[in-house]
Amino acid sequence: MRLAYTLILPTLLIVMAIVLLPLLANFWISFKPVELGDLRAPTILFNERIRPTPKVVGDTAEISYRLRNTSKRGVYADGRLVDTFPSGLTVSGTLDSRCTLAGNNLTCDLGTFEPMQRETLTISVIATDAYFDNPINPRDSKPVINGVGDSILTNSVFSLDNYRKVFSGSEFWKVLRVSLYYTIFGTLGAIVFGLFAAQLLNTTFPGRGVVRGFFLFPYVAPVIAVAFAWVLILDAGPGGTLNAILMKIGATDGPINFLGRRATPISIFGLTFEFPVALTTVISFEVWRYFPLSFLFILARMQSVSSDTYEAAEMDGASPLQQFRYISLPQLAGILAVIFLLRFIWTFNKFDDIFLLTGGAAGTRTLTVDIYEQAFAVSNLGAGAAVAVVVFFVLLISALFIFRFSPEDDG
Amino acid sequence: MRLGNTFFIALAIGALWGIIYNVVFSILAMLISGDTIVPDIGISMVSGAVGAGIYVLGPGHSGGRYRGWHWAAVSGAAALIAFVLLGKFAAASMVAENMAFLTALVTFAMAAASWHLCLDGMDSGSQGRYQLEVILIRVLKGVGFVFFSIVVALPFYVMVMTSLKSQQSLLSNPLDLSIDFSKSLSEHLRSYIELFTKYRFGQFLLNSAIVSVATVIITLLFAIPGAYAVSRLRFPGKNVLSKSILLIYMVPAIVLVIPLYAVFSQLGLRNTLLGLIVVYPATTIPVAVYMFQGYFRGLPYELEEAGLMDGLSRIGTIIKITLPLSLPAIASVSLYIFMIAWNEFLFAFMFLDDPAIFTLSRGVQSLNSSEIPRQHLMAGAVIATVPVLVLFLWFEKFLVAGLTAGSVKG
Repeated sequence: MRLAYTLILPTLLIVMAIVLLPLLANFWISFKPVELGDLRAPTILFNERIRPTPKVVGDTAEISYRLRNTSKRGVYADGRLVDTFPSGLTVSGTLDSRCTLAGNNLTCDLGTFEPMQRETLTISVIATDAYFDNPINPRDSKPVINGVGDSILTNSVFSLDNYRKVFSGSEFWKVLRVSLYYTIFGTLGAIVFGLFAAQLLNTTFPGRGVVRGFFLFPYVAPVIAVAFAWVLILDAGPGGTLNAILMKIGATDGPINFLGRRATPISIFGLTFEFPVALTTVISFEVWRYFPLSFLFILARMQSVSSDTYEAAEMDGASPLQQFRYISLPQLAGILAVIFLLRFIWTFNKFDDIFLLTGGAAGTRTLTVDIYEQAFAVSNLGAGAAVAVVVFFVLLISALFIFRFSPEDDG
Repeated sequence: MRLGNTFFIALAIGALWGIIYNVVFSILAMLISGDTIVPDIGISMVSGAVGAGIYVLGPGHSGGRYRGWHWAAVSGAAALIAFVLLGKFAAASMVAENMAFLTALVTFAMAAASWHLCLDGMDSGSQGRYQLEVILIRVLKGVGFVFFSIVVALPFYVMVMTSLKSQQSLLSNPLDLSIDFSKSLSEHLRSYIELFTKYRFGQFLLNSAIVSVATVIITLLFAIPGAYAVSRLRFPGKNVLSKSILLIYMVPAIVLVIPLYAVFSQLGLRNTLLGLIVVYPATTIPVAVYMFQGYFRGLPYELEEAGLMDGLSRIGTIIKITLPLSLPAIASVSLYIFMIAWNEFLFAFMFLDDPAIFTLSRGVQSLNSSEIPRQHLMAGAVIATVPVLVLFLWFEKFLVAGLTAGSVKG
């Protein structure tokens, strides 16, 4: 038993650290009014100088420290400046009340810096012989500033603003609806085409292995490569291959903006409805890229169905379509259900594909793209995390659903 | 000679194949030659119907077999003649050019082969439901093959061909995806040469290789012991653990990005390859554990028992017995994980800012700007694709096994 834990502990720890902790951190961040810029903790930026430069013994000058809290929103507390005071300079007049000078050590308690607060600390000095014997520029010794930079990420300020922002307005529900369309049609499309492709390869012919490998290309190739290739093909500009073809053969008058057009009115039987162009394109890409997966699963399952059943059906006079309907489909029902559930979740999770094709424009913004947009395009990390929490719950529900209904042996 | 429903179905099939191949090969000819070759739907439809009609009326049984390929060739030739005559009749320019004629030739050669495969063994009389469904399924399969081949090949074709073009030839005719043999090899490969000399693609390639190989090694080191424990040993919490592996596997990367971005920024891990080498294995380990645990369960436990009886320690058993038996699974998992790491885009995109440490995904993405010509972008895409496709074709058997076992993830 100790061995078991020793074997599994490293695995658990790394998964905890990189997967589970971030999940929890998401909840935390989603209650924080935190922006991208807040990731840099408040620090004090300083500039030290001596003016005018002492020329002869007895010259007076001023050493000044100009200090600034760089953060726009974070407080810098208990700021304390420590610097080496150049020997050969003596303080004239009274030292700033916040500072003490012990030997060559200058210490100043600066207290709290509000966000963006500027502060200037001035010390009047007189130059003595020692200064010119051994000239030391005060700037040669860098001051050390200690203090506590308050980070919004770690303090105890919480708010529901992010959730309010996410759920208010119609935007969220639109995004959710697009997500569901994308997920449902993308999943179903991939399964239907996968089933079709699997039927094609469920017979033996020379070169079958090659064709099978070829059909897997869309899935195996890097998303970045195939997405950009499709963007080039579907481009509405002069270089777009598909539009150039369509226009050459006279199928359309002008270019169709497959990835940039939100909707186009289509009327069937006098009923006009808005056909979402870009969303359909993005869904088609999803189907194109992931049909190989369902194809692979379905083909593997079909090859394990014994041919006896089909032979018996043949003897009884069942037609090919009947054989498909009454023998193949029932045999495949289990695996189809499993593929549907798993692909449903993974399509829902998909980010790269849409992001690379449209960037979420023209009515293709799904929840996952919304996370990115909120967190990094609008640079509101908190709002992004709030959307991520919503996504997480949708997934949790789906996962529970899977565990309840999926047969154990398949998949 | 009987004229039943099959005769009319044959006409429809001929028309269908005539149209499909005419459109397909006209466009292909356009892409290959750069000339404008407009498909003619009406004429190809009629010619196809004529050819298939002649085919199905052809000689019946001969030595127990129906019409062979030679008869298909005759019907195809008839269709081609019909096409040329009708084309002359309609618009002389259509068949005037060699390329257009070549297109027509290929069109009806393929169409004849297709209707031969669809109608083989059928005569022109009436057929029952069974035979009609057989024909229907043959047609569907044929259309399916054509459809899938085009749809799968098109982006790769466009990608490779565009990457070989020069800027001005792309601007003058975007459809001209031909190879100009009068140019030298280095002119064709100019985009690639520039990517490797000016855009540091050699470095990106190396970075991607480092990250992917490191991910595979780390994943194996963590996942094999973990999977062994879950599948072979008994300990409290085992069931929960083995179930939650699948759950973790469902957590999308985009949900992890915000916290990891925040934390890695603070730790200074964000803009480093090390950061990726930490994150990638963590996201692939659950998949690997899931795959290995399935494989380990399938191994006969008796072998390990025998090892234990002979005095090997548990660790010794794993190293001397289980691992050698699992080599196929290790190969599958490694290839699958390598593919995931190589293709990964999101974390590379979010984490890497410094061009010196870009991976290929991030590097190709950085080429996507209006200032960089698109043949460079496509060349970058080819560079990113080739290694993973070569690996895939080389080890197809293992990778397919890996995909089937683990590809509930995507």
